[in-house]
Amino acid sequence: MSSHDVLGRTEGGDLRLAGLTKRYGSFTAVDDLSLTIPQGSFFALLGASGCGKTTTLRMVSGLEDPTVGQIFLGEQEVTDLKPYRRPVNTVFQNYALFPHLDIFENVAFGLRRRGVKDVKKAVTDMLDLVELGHLAKRKPTQLSGGQQQRIALARALINQPQVLLLDEPLGALDLKLRRQMQIELKRIQTEVGLTFVHVTHDQEEAMTMADTIAVMNHGRIEQLGSPADLYENPTTTFVANFLGQSNLIPASVEGEKDGIVSVSAHGQQLKVDAKRCRSTSGKIILGVRPEKVQVATDRGEVPDGYNALVGGKVVDTSFIGVSTQYLVQMPSGEELSVFEQNTGRAIQRPGAEVVVYWDPSQGFGLEGSQDIEAGAEADEEAAA
Amino acid sequence: MTTLTEAPAPVEERAPDRKPRRNWTPWVLLLPGLLWLTVFFLIPILTSVSASVQTGDYDDGFKLTWHWANYRDAITDFGPQYYHSLVYSLLTTIVCLALAYPVAYFIAFKGGRWKTLLMALVIVPSFTSFLIRTIAWKTILADNGTVVHTLNSLHLLKITTALGWTVGNHVLASPAAVVCGMVYNFLPFTILPLYTSLEKIDPRLHEAGADLYCSAFTTWRRITLPLSMPGVIGGTLLTFIPAVGDYINAQLLGNPNTTVVGQRIEDLFLRQTNGYPVGSAMSVVMMVGTLVIVMTYIWRAGTEDLL
Repeated sequence: MSSHDVLGRTEGGDLRLAGLTKRYGSFTAVDDLSLTIPQGSFFALLGASGCGKTTTLRMVSGLEDPTVGQIFLGEQEVTDLKPYRRPVNTVFQNYALFPHLDIFENVAFGLRRRGVKDVKKAVTDMLDLVELGHLAKRKPTQLSGGQQQRIALARALINQPQVLLLDEPLGALDLKLRRQMQIELKRIQTEVGLTFVHVTHDQEEAMTMADTIAVMNHGRIEQLGSPADLYENPTTTFVANFLGQSNLIPASVEGEKDGIVSVSAHGQQLKVDAKRCRSTSGKIILGVRPEKVQVATDRGEVPDGYNALVGGKVVDTSFIGVSTQYLVQMPSGEELSVFEQNTGRAIQRPGAEVVVYWDPSQGFGLEGSQDIEAGAEADEEAAA
Repeated sequence: MTTLTEAPAPVEERAPDRKPRRNWTPWVLLLPGLLWLTVFFLIPILTSVSASVQTGDYDDGFKLTWHWANYRDAITDFGPQYYHSLVYSLLTTIVCLALAYPVAYFIAFKGGRWKTLLMALVIVPSFTSFLIRTIAWKTILADNGTVVHTLNSLHLLKITTALGWTVGNHVLASPAAVVCGMVYNFLPFTILPLYTSLEKIDPRLHEAGADLYCSAFTTWRRITLPLSMPGVIGGTLLTFIPAVGDYINAQLLGNPNTTVVGQRIEDLFLRQTNGYPVGSAMSVVMMVGTLVIVMTYIWRAGTEDLL
């Protein structure tokens, strides 16, 4: 189903940001950001607090003026338009429902301001879409957080904006409700077919819902791509650490042959796919996701052609049913994470000497000059 | 009154020898207030009401004769005073609201870290005596003062005099001076409740308004104003109620043609030997009149939905 059926919208266009910069005094919140968000896509701006994602969103909505740069909606430049003249609506972080109006009037608000006379059907349809038609006469304070969130969504959606902006819309909900609303939001987006730009610090939320994610850091886009692409092929240590977890191992390149790069790390030989390397000379950082790694007690268990690191010692074992998480300490003191699926294999106790191994095609190589910890603390902070 | 023992509890859980115990604490806590109100509010009011239907004079004493004609005198003899009291206090309330709203709005939304200081500045003049502040206006509005000079040079004084707001070439001793003094004296009482209710409004609602096609004015009209109605009603009541009974401003800044009810009551009580009954009757009329106006206002404003 397309937007034209549900909302009767006839035109739109891509949202394009060109060289967008926002400075507050000497602090640069958003730094020369250029981005095109295709019409009808579900786009997520992901980053830790203070990375400039909300500022970017506010510039699109018009609540913040860019210091430099332009914003286009299709062919139209909207950079200098007042917020109330932009075909863009926002779902605010704390919903910002009007406490003096009932739910019906909250949802009808935008239509009434634009002089729409008969709002009853549109409002009723919209309340049905968010499945809260029975609460039309209530006041916002009489609703639960999840219900308020849906009303905030309905209040914005009913105006058929060309772009719907969502500022941490699920941030105030508890985990279970958040999961439920993620699915709900995705359903609604598919149903109405509008462009959704979603700001979040929750990488799981971004990955669940978005078609495309832009990972932001220090006012810049660190990497842009589909959730799978970002996860499988991070291009920086920040993305590798922020989006999920990564084992990052400093390594030096020894040679390249037939698209396979040989590296040395922990005094041992490892391989990595040249196509998945950002750099194939000198110092690099070899990365592999914990769930791609397995442990064995003996070198002989490792399949041929796999990367293997011997000499590790299990320092922590957490059995969580579907999988077992190991923390393996290498002789150098560095720790590697391993998430092993519960396939019935023996569980290694702390203190066990193990071999850590993985398929070389699952590893990736990053520029060696970066901060290996980048994004790790940011993720913890965001999760807190 | 609900006490623990009155709560429906399973019988077997109740100790057999336990008697229903009355909880006296709320009554004890209320006692000082009730006592105060009885002695200084209820008794004086009853005394006033009783005095309003007595006859007699200061030398021979007053007797309760149920002389209702006092009320006829209290109403018919002082028409202009009731009119002045009502018009001046209404004008004061309207002007105060018009001045206070922007001030309260500015402090609440743009005050930032200066909020507390700015609010303190609003209250600071009240540290001076009411009387002295009012007398200060005599200087401000004096014939050789800046206000009169400015109005004169702009030829506005002729217009205000033609309208009956000022008298001749003077601002002092005119209805305008009375209202100026009243506005000045009661302005903080309008600002305070307005500020309190504006300050509670989440500024993000303004952003939501802007996002939903409201210009700055429409945002104010549709969001800020309705949400600040408790402050508007509170502020206007706190201004109107004392203003309607005020006579200091009329006495110090007015002329014999601007007398208000309070001045006449004072006159009857303090300068006439048989004035108590009619003076009391006027007090009762004012009280009932104010009550009716205020109740109608609150009812029309539909505050129960806002508070």
